[in-house]
Amino acid sequence: MIKIAFIILSLISIFSALMVISRKNPVASVLWLVFHFFGIAGLYVLLGAHFLAAVQIIVYAGAIMVLFLFVVMMLNLNLVNNEKRGKIIGKSIGAVVSGLVLVLFTYSIRTTKWNELFFNQVTDQEWGTAVKLGSLLFSNWLVPFQIVGILLFAAVIGVVALMKRKITRKVENGIVITQEEDVA
Amino acid sequence: MLSEYLPVVIQLLIAIGFAAFVLIVTHILGPKRYDPIKHDTYECGVDYYGNAQRKFAIKFYIISVLFVLFDVEVIFLYPWAINLVDLGWQGFWGMFVFLGILTFAILFAWKKGALEWE
Repeated sequence: MIKIAFIILSLISIFSALMVISRKNPVASVLWLVFHFFGIAGLYVLLGAHFLAAVQIIVYAGAIMVLFLFVVMMLNLNLVNNEKRGKIIGKSIGAVVSGLVLVLFTYSIRTTKWNELFFNQVTDQEWGTAVKLGSLLFSNWLVPFQIVGILLFAAVIGVVALMKRKITRKVENGIVITQEEDVA
Repeated sequence: MLSEYLPVVIQLLIAIGFAAFVLIVTHILGPKRYDPIKHDTYECGVDYYGNAQRKFAIKFYIISVLFVLFDVEVIFLYPWAINLVDLGWQGFWGMFVFLGILTFAILFAWKKGALEWE
């Protein structure tokens, strides 16, 4: 039963991943990527990472895909498509990078001792539920959890720095006046 | 444990099946009227110009990045909330500090004008 589920979810993931890289329209790629994330979430469930599966759908398929769409929109791809220049350089860089990634993956898949790892050791099927995760997060991993908070804070500072402009707002005689000024 | 996901699978299948059913049925039963105005992006309202890939204000992007960041914050509330009684005061203060850091973050963004909208 688990094997059938694994095969179906893998096929969904691989198929949608292939659709992502083969679509001409980048927006269609992004939508296929949403589908891909659902497949990956199913694979997380099979590994027993139930909470991670839910987070995968809520955060990745929901929120982060919005960011991806924004980036796709911002890239102004119409111009990129018409430009012949730099295509060979781009393709060769892509070939080198993806070749190295392929070598890395093949190496790590070949050298990992799958039988000794994980699958046989996990006797507790509930290790990845929100209950187990919460009790560990707030006892053993309390300090790393706070560091996550600081990391998110740092990201907020980065976002604000993206803006570069400070917008101040004041109300004079019932009229809202906004002023923009550069922030260093 | 995994058999508990059977309702999820059934719900997914019903959702996909319903969407496919409605699309197919409307395709078969619905009248077909082709009209350039009907196939416009906005059937009524302002005429569009250019296409969707154009420059727009960075504010939209900033709001969505902030949304993702605080989405991640809220995700951590789930495992905390269902363990609230068992975790005791340690869990309470842990979450208090975490939320304190992020409240400071939203106040920082607010003060810098990232949430202003004109």
